Amino acid sequence: MCSTCGCGENELTIHAHDHAHDPPHAHPHAHDHAPEVRRLALEQDILTKNAEFAAGNRRLFAERGVLVLNLVSSPGSGKTTLLARTVQTLRTEFPVAVIGGDQQTANDAERIRAAGAPALQINTGKGCHLDAHGIGHALERLPLPEHGVLFIENVGNLVCPADFDLGEACKVVVLSVTEGEDKPLKYPNMFAAAGLMLLNKTDLLPHLDFDVARCLDYARRVNPDIRILQLSARSGEGMDAWLDWLRQGQRSALARQVSRLEADLAAARARLAESAA
Amino acid sequence: MHELSLCESIIETLTVQTQRQGFSRVRRVWLEIGALANVELDALRFAFEIARRDTVADTAELDIVTLPGQAYCLDCAQAIAVHQYYDPCPCCGGFQWRLTGGNEMRIKELEVE
Ligand SMILES: Nc1nc2c(ncn2[C@@H]2O[C@H](COP(=O)(O)OP(=O)(O)OP(=O)(O)O)[C@@H](O)[C@H]2O)c(=O)[nH]1
Ligand SMILES: [Mg+2]
Ligand SMILES: [Zn+2]
Ligand SMILES: [Zn+2]
Repeated sequence: MCSTCGCGENELTIHAHDHAHDPPHAHPHAHDHAPEVRRLALEQDILTKNAEFAAGNRRLFAERGVLVLNLVSSPGSGKTTLLARTVQTLRTEFPVAVIGGDQQTANDAERIRAAGAPALQINTGKGCHLDAHGIGHALERLPLPEHGVLFIENVGNLVCPADFDLGEACKVVVLSVTEGEDKPLKYPNMFAAAGLMLLNKTDLLPHLDFDVARCLDYARRVNPDIRILQLSARSGEGMDAWLDWLRQGQRSALARQVSRLEADLAAARARLAESAA
Repeated sequence: MHELSLCESIIETLTVQTQRQGFSRVRRVWLEIGALANVELDALRFAFEIARRDTVADTAELDIVTLPGQAYCLDCAQAIAVHQYYDPCPCCGGFQWRLTGGNEMRIKELEVE
């Protein structure tokens, strides 16, 4: 049971099969109390609980018209550099904020604040990924950037964060050209889970033998639907396409909020008309 | 790695179930894990040994059933078998397929007392 939000175990939805509901221990006859062994069909996802917290977060983000992105990568791919540069530009257009997951320090959050956006660091200690419950608690301390964009910088790790839905609209996987072009094949689950891939540090390409075409081909093998943008968070090359992608996503989040509100309003009007009739 | 988180999640579910379904101990847990799921089975077994300590599953055995990777190839318009996310379609050699099964991570069944 979580003391802060009361989001306890009791809210867990269980999809047990009917035959599992045995009557609770009726004993019409005397017998020795050897434990009664039975089978119980559960058919429940291991991460059901995380999925429920994620659904709650997603509902909240939709209500407030916030576009939420979950940035995942290996350590040092350039996520914080990219986000600092991104919020510097976008904060003049709409609200932005960053939640960062880091095993130890709060340096990343300081870099984001220096760039002019609210930021909160979640220290995960030994934890190798953020989860939906942790994000819910982070939002008690960091106001949602309503009608804007919330970036979540996940722990640098291309394995574990792939499984944990945070309620985001999309996972954005950042791969830097110093890492080798076969990363999508080595960590296929992450590239399969992502909607957008950012190939970062392209300013270094002249000094490396990184094969861009092959890397993109690998990524598309694993995920034929993945969008790919190339950029350098250092030089700024390619940043415009990324910023435009974000602006478009933010507008879509607003448009979805408007449709929802209109549907709510129409339903309320219908109720009013009915009660007058 | 996150296999420990997965096992903690399993134990939490089992603990909730003791109250709901009126049992006191879990003797065996059957998991269904897809062939393409993001899980190392050895790490999962090892993590389960740690996570089950001093819980209702203290002595529970873990049985893992692996589910095959299944996909639908858009170019061939038919169901195919895959083993990895980067496998080509066995019929056309292309990659325009969508996974239809094989990334499950599910608690299938329990034996309880
Ligand atoms: N040349 C070059 N260096 C970059 C670029 N982007 C980031 N870096 C450098 O890469 C290093 C790591 O950058 P960070 O932004 O801290 O990376 P990160 O992904 O946030 O790292 P973790 O949070 O530790 O996983 C720093 O030295 C950055 O200056 C880029 O586009 N080009
Ligand atoms: Mg960082
Ligand atoms: Zn991990
Ligand atoms: Zn095919």
